[in-house]
Formats: sequence, structure tokens, C-alpha cells
Amino acid sequence: MEALDQFRRDTRAWLEANCPAEMRVPVRGDDDICWGGRNWVFKSEAQRVWLERMAARGWTVPAWPREYGGGGLSHEEVTILKQEMAAIKARSPLESFGIWMLGPALLAFGSHEQKLEYLPPIARGEIRWCQGYSEPNAGSDLASLQTRADDGGDHFVVTGSKIWTSYADKADMIFCLVRTDFSAAKHLGISFILFDMTWPGVSTKPIMLISGKSPFCETFFDGVKVPKANLVGTLNRGWDIAKYLLTHEREMIGGGGGGLLGGRSPGQLAAQEIGVGDDGRLADPFLRVDMARAEVDALAFALTMTRYKDEAASGGRGVGDKSSVLKYYGTELNKRRYELMMRAAGTQGLEWEGARTNDGELPRGWLRTKANSIEGGTSEVMLDIVAKRLLQLPSA
Amino acid sequence: MLVHDEDQRLLADAAKGFIQEKAPVAALRKLRDEKVADGFDRDLWRQMAEMGWTGILVPEEAGGLGFGFVGAGIICEEMGRTLTASPFLSTAMMAATAVSRAGSPAQKERWLPAIAAGETIIATAIDEGRKHAPEKTALKAEVSGNGFRLSGAKTYVADGQVADAFLVAARTAGSAGETKGISLFLVDSKLAGVSSERVVTLDSRGAAHVSFDNVQITGADVLGEIDDGLGLLEIVLGAGRAGLAAELSGNAQESFGRTVDYLKERKQFGRTIGAFQALQHRAAHLFSEIEIAKSAVLGALQALDADPAGAALAVSLAKSKAASVARLAAQEAIQMHGGIGMTDAIDIGLFAKRMQVASELYGDADFHADRVALARGF
Repeated sequence: MEALDQFRRDTRAWLEANCPAEMRVPVRGDDDICWGGRNWVFKSEAQRVWLERMAARGWTVPAWPREYGGGGLSHEEVTILKQEMAAIKARSPLESFGIWMLGPALLAFGSHEQKLEYLPPIARGEIRWCQGYSEPNAGSDLASLQTRADDGGDHFVVTGSKIWTSYADKADMIFCLVRTDFSAAKHLGISFILFDMTWPGVSTKPIMLISGKSPFCETFFDGVKVPKANLVGTLNRGWDIAKYLLTHEREMIGGGGGGLLGGRSPGQLAAQEIGVGDDGRLADPFLRVDMARAEVDALAFALTMTRYKDEAASGGRGVGDKSSVLKYYGTELNKRRYELMMRAAGTQGLEWEGARTNDGELPRGWLRTKANSIEGGTSEVMLDIVAKRLLQLPSA
Repeated sequence: MLVHDEDQRLLADAAKGFIQEKAPVAALRKLRDEKVADGFDRDLWRQMAEMGWTGILVPEEAGGLGFGFVGAGIICEEMGRTLTASPFLSTAMMAATAVSRAGSPAQKERWLPAIAAGETIIATAIDEGRKHAPEKTALKAEVSGNGFRLSGAKTYVADGQVADAFLVAARTAGSAGETKGISLFLVDSKLAGVSSERVVTLDSRGAAHVSFDNVQITGADVLGEIDDGLGLLEIVLGAGRAGLAAELSGNAQESFGRTVDYLKERKQFGRTIGAFQALQHRAAHLFSEIEIAKSAVLGALQALDADPAGAALAVSLAKSKAASVARLAAQEAIQMHGGIGMTDAIDIGLFAKRMQVASELYGDADFHADRVALARGF
């Protein structure tokens, strides 16, 4: 305990001395988030300094081993770091698919050389990654993907297309699922490869969404030559990596990553905007009842995330298939939250442009949440996983 | 850490083993079919006392285990799985909390060892109408001689049919609806003027409507502060509500488990019905809800152990969530079992009946959702 107390004191002092004041103001929108990458333009000097200082200590990825750019911290130390950062409202120095998804996959499946080559740049925010999973005709049936990687001797020749590739137009590299064996069962002919988005044959096209903007792209591969050294794990066994990584992604989406369920609750926002009566209760009884129920569910859900993480930590394992519970429940809850905020906003929620509403931030956010129960595996797929893997119900 | 520690895990194993063996659902059926007036099995209660459970919240120096609320909740959850009838909630949780927190030295000496030994049953008498509303207490306690005279009546006092004493909320000042002016008394059930009418209940356990007709008590029977009893009552109710939430969680887990087993067994249209996606998705949704409720329950029990006076939000969260999830579990259990779920021959209906009682006592899901919203500022 004494060592942890000392760690807390040291961490607090270091953060106090090194976190710029501008980085202690809550993130107001996507524009304030630091994504890094080869072409990243820092929004401010403070953003640059904050990333550089945190990366130098390995604290952008505090739990990763030191030799790969991480902080080498224990679970308890990571928790303390998060608590101390929260205490001064410090922003996350770096958000990245490299940290959330590719990094954990490489740590579990990559060779030592691959870890040395890719992990430190991820930790320093030098390479921005995108994820090449979904395909136009696969959807929730991800394993039926058709993008092919043909054997070209010392390299693969990749041909096909991906869809819903978040930030593909801004990414430097892609981690991509490709079919390397068309004769095997659909889960057994897939491989996991890495390549550069600037290489010949790669192109992207943004997709406009109902929210009026979107991070999503279509991505096309026309005979892209990828060295075989860029294969992660075993040829044709990429599905194992995909599954491992999806668990991380579901935990993240369901668990409030990317700002889901962050901030104040609809009831608290409505109390501020609409006001409460002498009895402390929101004046609109129908709205209040629905908000009270959502509040109960949101608080109990937050406890469930904590419980799962504590269970995983004390058992020395991951959350596993229970990430499907978090993904399902968390995303449905987030949709409810935005429905309630739209009801509370009234006609103000109908404004699409203009400074008063920050260009229709609320209705755009409301529309964006409709994708929560589709992306990363639909709610129906999550329920299938819970039914079959956790409850062991029979297949049809 | 929102997980059980080593001691709590050991207790959970012991509780599960004991309760499954000594108090299966068949024991409740027996109480019901034989119309046992007590509404519980005194021999079982004695054995629970020997295990130390009756003293789980009684401090060690008074002869108890001093194990804490998480431990008490573990026992409630296991009893919820088998619908065990006992005065555990009223006596080992609520009365033990009341006396150990606010009792005078004399009260502690008189009641705590007796609670720990399983020799006395104390029922909490609060509500006077159909819905839970402690601040609406109207039962009068007028100063009389060197003590008080109680007059009024309480409805649906759980374990009231067997209580040796009542923890009574009474009004010493103000009027019904005001938070000030409520005081708590420990009243011997054999005193002149105390009468109870046994209620045959939906869950086959029993409760009582209790009348106090000019019951003379002494100043030594006051528990806590005069006129300022609501704070203490809140803590006592916190223990009861968290215990019921844990029980409801166990109830939901068990009726759900039985339903999933049935889905894997029952065949219709040439298939196991558990292979139908319409049922799989509802089962998976219910599983998720039960997971969420379990977290809220453990959160409440840990909050009570950390600070009973500051646990109101966590407790209301747990009671609201557990009550609504257990209701969904009961509804789905009956529906998915089909016609057989409606028969008395299988146990599913018994879980639904107890769910209704445990949900209603000390505030239903709506009552507690309202409190959560108020605590959160709207």
C-alpha cells in the first residue's frame, strides 16, 4: 500500500506540474480531441505539449510494457493515474484506434518485431490507424467478407472494398481483414494484415449520413501490394484476432468510449433548462418518469461496467463474452438518453444550423446515436451472442 | 472493488449450501399447505442462529458476527433463490441495525444478544396506508406520565404475526406529511392495548395489521432522538430495502435460471423452443437486465457498509432496479413456460408471488425511482 500511496503522490505532483491549464477544460466537441498521425495539425501548443509529455512517460498507454512505448504500470497504478487525471479534469492526451484496438491485438498476436515496429509510434501518436472490417455485402455477417489477398510470392495482392471505415480519409495505415483462402469454411480463410493508406491502389470516399456529417468512408483496394511481413498472427487464422479485437471494441462502445453516456444525464440537463417545481421535481410529469427510469438504468449500468472490470482484474482475465452485454445495454441506453434530450429540448432541438445551437449539435448527436445499435455488431447480434455463448441456448 | 472479497465468497458458498439443503422451495410449499400460522419454520430459524446469521449485523461485543451488509445481502440473495421464509430481514437486518446504531446501553444489552441468539423477533411497523410513505406517519405518541401513550394502527407489518416486539414509527409532533416530529419506539408486543390481526399473504409468509390502543410505554422505550427519528428510520429502512433488493435479485436469477433450463428442454414444432430467436432475444435481454440489477445491489450493500447514513441513493437505485427486473423475470418466466407456468404444480408462480410482496415492501420501483431522480436534481 505504501508504494501505491507514493505512486499517487508522485503522479499528482507530476500531473500538476505538467498538464497545461488548457488541457484541464472539458472537451467541447470532436474538434478538441487529439487523434495524432503523420498529418496531424495540433489545435494548440498545449495540445502538442500535453501529448509529448504524456507519451514520454508512456502514459498514453500506461498499461503497455515499457519496451513498446507504454508505462509498464500495474492495474492498480493505472487506476490511480486515471483517478488523478480525473481529479484535475485532465483531457485524454490522445485518442486512437491504435490504442483501443490494434495495440491490444498486436500485444496478443503480433511478433516481437511487429510490436517494436508499430506499438511505440502508436503510443506517441505518430501513426493514425483505421479499421478495415465491414464490407458492403457482409454487414453483421462479418465473416462472409470477400476482400481478397492473393499470393504474389513475397507479398499479397489485395483487391476489394470496405465500408463504414471510420476516418479512413484521415488515417495513415489500416488493419484489415482479408480472405486468403476461398475454399475453407468462412471463418477459417481470413487473415489479418497491416498496410499503408498511401500505397498505390488504395482510395477512400466519405459517406454522408443523416446527421449531416460523418467520420465514415468507403475504402477501395485495387491490387494493393502488401509485404508478407505485414501479416499478423497465422495465415488464415485472422478471425481469432478479429474476435479478440471485437471484444475490446464492444467493451469500449458499450462502456462509454467516445463520449457515450458521458456528462450529465437528461434529467439533470432538463432540470437546468426547464426548471423544477417547489418540490424539486421536474414540471413535466411524463418526461420526468421516463427520465427517472433512464437515470436508474444509467447509474446501474455504470456500476456494471465497474463490476465487470473489477471481476476481470481480480480474476486476471478480460471481460470476454460479457462485453456483448455492455455493448447491447450501453448503446440502447445512449439512444434512450438522446431521445429524452430531444423531448426536453422541444423546438430548440429542431434547429439544424446557427451559433445558438452549435450547428444543431443535439439533433445531429441524436441522429448519430441511431448507429450505436448497428456499428460494432448490431443489438440483435449481441443478443444472439448472449443467448448462445452465455446462456448456451441451442442453435436453430 | 465491486466484487466479493474472500470472506464474502466463503459465506456465499456456505449460505448456498445450507439454504439449498434446509430451505428449498418445497419448504415454503409445506408451510403454505400445512397452514403454519407462524409463516416460517422456527427450527430453521434456530439453525440459522447457530450459523451466526441472526447476528450478522450485531457487533461482536454484543455476541454477533459484525459481518456487515454485503454479507447480510448474500444471505438474502440465497434466500431469494429458494423463497426461504424467515424473520431475517425484519430482525437480523432492520432491528439489529436500529438497536446497534441508536440503542441506549440498556436497550443494546436487552435486545442485541437476544437478536444474535435468534431468541427474539422484532418487526418494523411503519406504514399506515396502502403505499409506503414513512413521512405520512400519523400514529400518535402522546406524553403520558414518565412515558408515552400510543394510539393508532399500522398496516401490513411484515413478521408482525410473530413479533415479540415492534419497532414503531410514531408522531410526537407535527402532522402527517411532515418530516419532523417522528419518533421511534421499541414496543413489547404483549403490552396491554397491542393487538394484531394476522394477514394471510400472497407469498404464504404472513404479516399483521397491528393496532395500538392507548398503549402505555416508558421513556426507556424510545429509540434514538425524540421528534427526529426519520433519519434513523431511513437507515433502518435502508437495511430493509437493500436486503429486499438482494432477495429480489436472487428471486430473478433463480426464476430466470429455471426458465432457461426449460427453454433447453421443451420441444414444440419439432424443435427445442430455446432455438427460436424470438425467445432467445428476450432471454438475452432479461439476462442483461439481471446483470445490471446485480451490480446495483452490490453497490448498495457496499455503500451501506461504508456509510449507512449516506447510502440512500445507492439503496433506492438498487431497490428500484431489482424490483423492476424481478417483475420482468416473473412475467417472462410465466410466459415462456406457457400453460404449465400458470399451474401451482411448478414453482414459477411462487417466485412471482414473492416478487410482488418484496417489490411492494418499503417502497416499490416507482417510489425509489422518484427518490433517485430527486437525489440527482430533478
